[in-house]
Amino acid sequence: MWFIAVFPPLLGAVIAGLAGRMIGDRGSQLVTCSGVIASAIASVWLFFNIGIHHSESHVIELFTWFSSGTFKASWALRFDTLTAVMLVVVNFVSACVHVYSVGYMSHDHHKPRFMAYLSLFTFCMLMLVTANNLMQMFFGWEGVGLCSYLLINFWYEKPSANAAAIKAFVVNRAGDFGFALGIMTLYVLTGVLDFDAIFAAVPSVAGQTSAFLGYSVNVLTVACLLLFMGAMGKSAQLGLHTWLPDAMEGPTPVSALIHAATMVTAGVFMLARLSPVFEYAPTALAVVAIVGALTAFVAATIGLTQFDIKRVIAYSTMSQLGYMFFAIGVSAYSAAMFHLMTHAFFKALLFLGAGSVIHAMSGEQDMRKMGGIARRIPVTYGLMWIGSLALAGVPFFAGYYSKDMILEASFAAGTGIGQFTYWIGICAAVMTAFYSWRLIFMTFHGKPRADHHVMDHVHEAPLVMLAPLLALAIGSICAGFIGYEYFVGHGRVEFWGRSLFVLSNQDSVSVAHHALPVWVGQLPTVVGGIGILLALVAYVLIPTLPSLIVERIRPVYAFVLAKWRFDELYDFLFVKTALRIGLAFWKTGDAKVIEGLGPNAASALVRVSAWKVSMAQTGYIFHYAFVMVIGLVILIAWFMIK
Amino acid sequence: MGGFPILSVTTFLPLSGVLLIFLFHKRSADNVDVARHIALWTSLATFVASLVMLRGFDSGSSSFQMVELVPWMPSLGIAYHVGVDGISVLFIVLSAFLTPLCIISSWASVKSRVNEYMVSFLILETFMIGTFCALDLLQFYIFFEGVLLPMYLIIGVWGGSNRVYAAYKFFIYTLFGSVFMLIAFLAIHFLAGTTDIVELFEKKQEFSFSVQAILWLAFFSSFAVKVPMWPVHTWLPDAHVEAPTAGSVILAGVLLKMGGYGFLRLSIPLLPDATSYFAPLVFSLSIVALVYASYIALVQEDMKKLIAYSSVAHMGYVTIGIFTLNVQGVEGAIFQMLSHGIVSSALFLCVGTVYDRLHTREISRYGGLATNMPRYALIFMVMMLASVGLPGTSGFVGEFLILVGAFQANVLVAALTATGLVLGCMYMLWLYRRVIFGKLYKTDCQTMSDLGLREVFVFAPLVLLVFWMGIYPVSFSKVSSASVLHLINNYELALSSPSESSDQAGLPIRTDDRQVVAQALWRPVDRERAEGLGGAH
Repeated sequence: MWFIAVFPPLLGAVIAGLAGRMIGDRGSQLVTCSGVIASAIASVWLFFNIGIHHSESHVIELFTWFSSGTFKASWALRFDTLTAVMLVVVNFVSACVHVYSVGYMSHDHHKPRFMAYLSLFTFCMLMLVTANNLMQMFFGWEGVGLCSYLLINFWYEKPSANAAAIKAFVVNRAGDFGFALGIMTLYVLTGVLDFDAIFAAVPSVAGQTSAFLGYSVNVLTVACLLLFMGAMGKSAQLGLHTWLPDAMEGPTPVSALIHAATMVTAGVFMLARLSPVFEYAPTALAVVAIVGALTAFVAATIGLTQFDIKRVIAYSTMSQLGYMFFAIGVSAYSAAMFHLMTHAFFKALLFLGAGSVIHAMSGEQDMRKMGGIARRIPVTYGLMWIGSLALAGVPFFAGYYSKDMILEASFAAGTGIGQFTYWIGICAAVMTAFYSWRLIFMTFHGKPRADHHVMDHVHEAPLVMLAPLLALAIGSICAGFIGYEYFVGHGRVEFWGRSLFVLSNQDSVSVAHHALPVWVGQLPTVVGGIGILLALVAYVLIPTLPSLIVERIRPVYAFVLAKWRFDELYDFLFVKTALRIGLAFWKTGDAKVIEGLGPNAASALVRVSAWKVSMAQTGYIFHYAFVMVIGLVILIAWFMIK
Repeated sequence: MGGFPILSVTTFLPLSGVLLIFLFHKRSADNVDVARHIALWTSLATFVASLVMLRGFDSGSSSFQMVELVPWMPSLGIAYHVGVDGISVLFIVLSAFLTPLCIISSWASVKSRVNEYMVSFLILETFMIGTFCALDLLQFYIFFEGVLLPMYLIIGVWGGSNRVYAAYKFFIYTLFGSVFMLIAFLAIHFLAGTTDIVELFEKKQEFSFSVQAILWLAFFSSFAVKVPMWPVHTWLPDAHVEAPTAGSVILAGVLLKMGGYGFLRLSIPLLPDATSYFAPLVFSLSIVALVYASYIALVQEDMKKLIAYSSVAHMGYVTIGIFTLNVQGVEGAIFQMLSHGIVSSALFLCVGTVYDRLHTREISRYGGLATNMPRYALIFMVMMLASVGLPGTSGFVGEFLILVGAFQANVLVAALTATGLVLGCMYMLWLYRRVIFGKLYKTDCQTMSDLGLREVFVFAPLVLLVFWMGIYPVSFSKVSSASVLHLINNYELALSSPSESSDQAGLPIRTDDRQVVAQALWRPVDRERAEGLGGAH
C-alpha cells in the first residue's frame, strides 16, 4: 500500500512526459489522473491505519544514497501520523487539481507536458513528506522547487512567466543556502542524518556553544535558524516572499496545488517534522514566531490593495502561512498542522474557483474589469462563498477551528511574543475577512465592468472542473469539526503519537484548552464578522468610500500597493548590483588586471626586450668596435681594482 | 605483476588506431570515413579495455593494483611503472568514455584534415590515460605535458577564428606552470634518489618544511593552471571558445581534472606539512574563483564562454574539497570532478549541437528553441539542472559532500562556498531562458531541426550517467573510498608525527572525534587548542 501511495505519480509523469506524443492528450490525462487518484486512495487508507487506528509507524529502507565516512543517508519512506496527514493533503488536493486541469487546460496545446509536470511535482512532494533523513527531505524540497519553476514557466513564450520562474528558483535557492548549511550544522553537531537519530541526540547537545567570527553562539539555535531560512524561502515568509505573487504567472491549477495547498506549506511541515529539534532552541522559535506574525500582517495589508484576483489570494496564502509559522513559534505544532490541512482545502478551493472565474471571463484576471457575474456562474459563486467563509474563520467552517486554535495557543503561550502574535493575528483576521469579501463583491456583484464580448461569453465551468471544486468544498466545510478532536482536541496525543514533540512546559495547546479567558477564543470570530461588514459597507453600500479613504492616505496606500517596495529594493540591491559586479569582474578584473599584468605584460616584456636587443645589432662596425673598447676598459678596470 | 598488462593495453591501444590510420592513409585520402571508423572503433575498444580494468579492480584495497614495472633508465632509478588505485581508476574510465563520444560528435562537423584530427584525438587519449596510470614522476611528467601537444593542435588547427591566439595562450600558460613542476621533480630526484611514486610513499620521505613549501609551490604552479584556479584561469575561456566542440569536451571533461588529480596524487601525500600550511591559500583562491567566475558568467554573451566560466566556478568547489583533507571533502571532490566531466562535456555538446545548425555561439541569436527542439530542450534542461546541482543529479552529490567536508574544516569557508548554490543557478537559468524559452520568432531559429539519431546516441549515455550518479552514487564513490581513507590517514599520520617542521596552523579535524569537531566548529582552531577545550568540557 505504501508503494501505491508514493510511486504512481512518478510513473505517470515519466509516461506522460516521455511518451506524451505517442499516447496523446487523452492518454496522458488518463495515466496521470489515475496514478494520483490511486495514490490518494492509498494514502487515505494509510491515514486511517496510522492516525486513527494507531498502527505502528514504520520506515521502509529502499537503498543507500550517500555513504561517505559517517555521512550516510538512504532513500527511505517514513510513515507516521505527520506523514500520513501530509500524504492525504497532497494526494487529495493533487487528485482534485489533476482532474480540474483536464477541463481548465482543454484549449492548451501542451497537455501531456502539463500533466507530466503536475505528477512529477506530486511525486517530489511525496518524497519530501516521506523522507526519513534530512538529505531526502532536501531532495524533495529542491524537486518541488524545480517543478514549481517548470510550471510557473509553463507558458514559456511569455517573458513575464520566464522572469517569474527564474525569480522563484533563485529566491528559493537563497533559502536553500540556509537549509543546506542547517543540515550540515545539525550533522556536525549530532553526527547523523536520520531523523530518529538526530532527535535522540539533540537533548544532549542543546546547550553547546562555539565561537564563530569572535562571537560565542549556541550551535543548535544557529542550526534551527538556518533551517528556518530554508522554510522562509519555500513558504514565502517575509524577506524571501517576493517570488510567490509573481508565481501567479503559472496556470491557475498550478497556483492552487503548488502555491497554496502543498509546496508552500513544506516549510511548516519541515519545522513540525523537526519539532524535537526546535523545542530545544527557544530563541529560534521566538524568531519563527516574530517572522510569522509580521508576514501574516504585511501580506494581509498588501492583500487589501491588490486588483488581480489571483494575487489577492496569493497574498492571503502568504498571510495564512504566517499564521502557521507563529503557531510553530509558540510550540503549537499540532495547531499549525491542523491549519495547514484545513487551509489546503479552502485555499485550493478559492484558487480553483478563481480559475473558474478566469475561465468564464476569457482569461481576465483584473477584478476591476469583472462584476455582476454572480447569476451567470452560480455554482462557482456559491463555492467561492464557502471558501471565503472557511478562510475568514466563520463558525463551523474549517478555518474557524484551526485559526482559532492558533490564536488561542499563542495567547496561551503566556509570553510577550505570544501576546504579540495574538494581537497581530487578530489584526490580520480583520483584514482577511475584509479582502475576502472585497474579492467576492468586486468579482461577482455590482454592474458588469467587462465589455460585452466577454460578458456574452461568461459560462459556468464544465462538470470536470466543478466536481473537484465540490470535493474541496466538502473538505472546507467538514475538515474542521471532524479533524478538531484528533488534531488539536483531546485525542491529539494518541493521534500524533511520537511524530510531534513538545516540551511539557511549552505546551501551549494544552494550556489553551484549560486556562483561557472566554473572550480570547471569541474575539477572532467577532473581528472576522466586522471585516465582512466593513467590506459590505465599502464595496456594496457606499461604493465611493474606498477611493475617499485612498485619497486621504495616499502615500501609505501607494506604499502598500507597491507591496511595501520589496521588489524595487531587491532589484536595486541584488539584481542590478550582480550585473554590475559581473561586468566589472569581467572587463576590469579579467581583461585589464589579470591579463594586463599577467600574460599580456609578459608578452609585452618579451617584445620590448627583444626590440632593445635587436637595436644593438645596428650593423655598423664602429658601433661594435666602440662597445668592444668600452667592454675592455671595464674588464681591465675590474681586474685592477681587485 | 605477471598478469595481463591491462593498463598498458588500455594506455596504448589508441596508438594502434593511429597506426591503422597511417596505414590506410593513402586509401582514405578521398574517403575520410575510414579514418572516422578506425578512430571510433579503437576508442570504443579502449573503453571496453578500461571497463575490463575496472572489473578487475578491487575497491576494498587502497594499494596500487595491476602494477607493471619495467626498468627504463636503471642507472637513474627511473622505470616504466604504472598502476591504479581508487583515486585514479575512475578518471581512466572517464577519459576512455568521453573519447568515443567526441569522435561521434565530430563525425559530421569536422570536414577538413579528418585523418589528422582523428590521430590527434587518439594520441590525446593515450596521454590522458597514461597520466592517470603513471607511478613514476618522470613518466607522469611526460604524459602530463604530452597532452598539451595534441590539444594545442586541436585548438590551433580546427578551432574558431581566433584560434591561433587561444592555442598559444593555452600552451604558454600551461607550459609556464609545468616548468616549475619539472624542476621540482628533478629536485625530488636529487633529494630522495628516486622518482618512483610508490617508493617515495613507502620511504615516508620526510622533506624539511622549507623544502616542502618550495616543492609544493612548484607543483601548485602547474596544477593550479590546469584546474584552473583564480587568477590563472584566463586561458580557459579563450581556449574553450576557440576549440572545436570535441576539443572543449575533452578540455573540460578530462584535462581540467589533471590538476585536481595532481594535488591528490602528489602534493598531499608527498608534501603533507606544506599542504596543511597552504590550505588556507587554496581555500581563499577557490572561493574567489567561485564567486568571481559566477558573476562573470552572469554577463556573458557567448554560450561557450559562459560554460567555461562556470567550469572555473565548479573547479573551485573541487579544490576546496581536496584541501579540506577529510573523507567527505576529498570524496566529494573526486565525485565532483567525475560529475563535472560528464556534465560540462554534455553542456559543451549542447552548445555544439546548436552551433552546428546556426554557426554562432552568441546567445542573443537564439531563443524559443523549446518550440521546435523539444528533445534538445529536455536534454539541455537535465544538464543545466545537473550543473546547478539539483538533488537527484550527479552535480548535487559532489557539491554537497564538498560543503560538508568544508564545514568540518572551517565553517566560514563552507558558508562562503555555499553562496555558489545561489550564484550558480542564476547564470545557468538565465542562459537557458535566453536560448530555450521565449517566443520563437527569429527566422533562422525556426528552421533548426531537433536532435537527430546520432546526437541522441551521444547524449543518451550522458543523461543516464547524470541520473545514475545522482540517485545511486555509491556505485561510484565506493570505488574510491578505501584509497581516500588511506590518503587521509597517511596525511594525518604525517602531520602528527613529530618532525622539525610540523606546522600545525592548518585546520584538519578528525571526523570521528565528534567532541572536538563540535567544539572547534566555529573557528579554525588548531588541534591542541581544540583538544584542550574538549578536555575541559
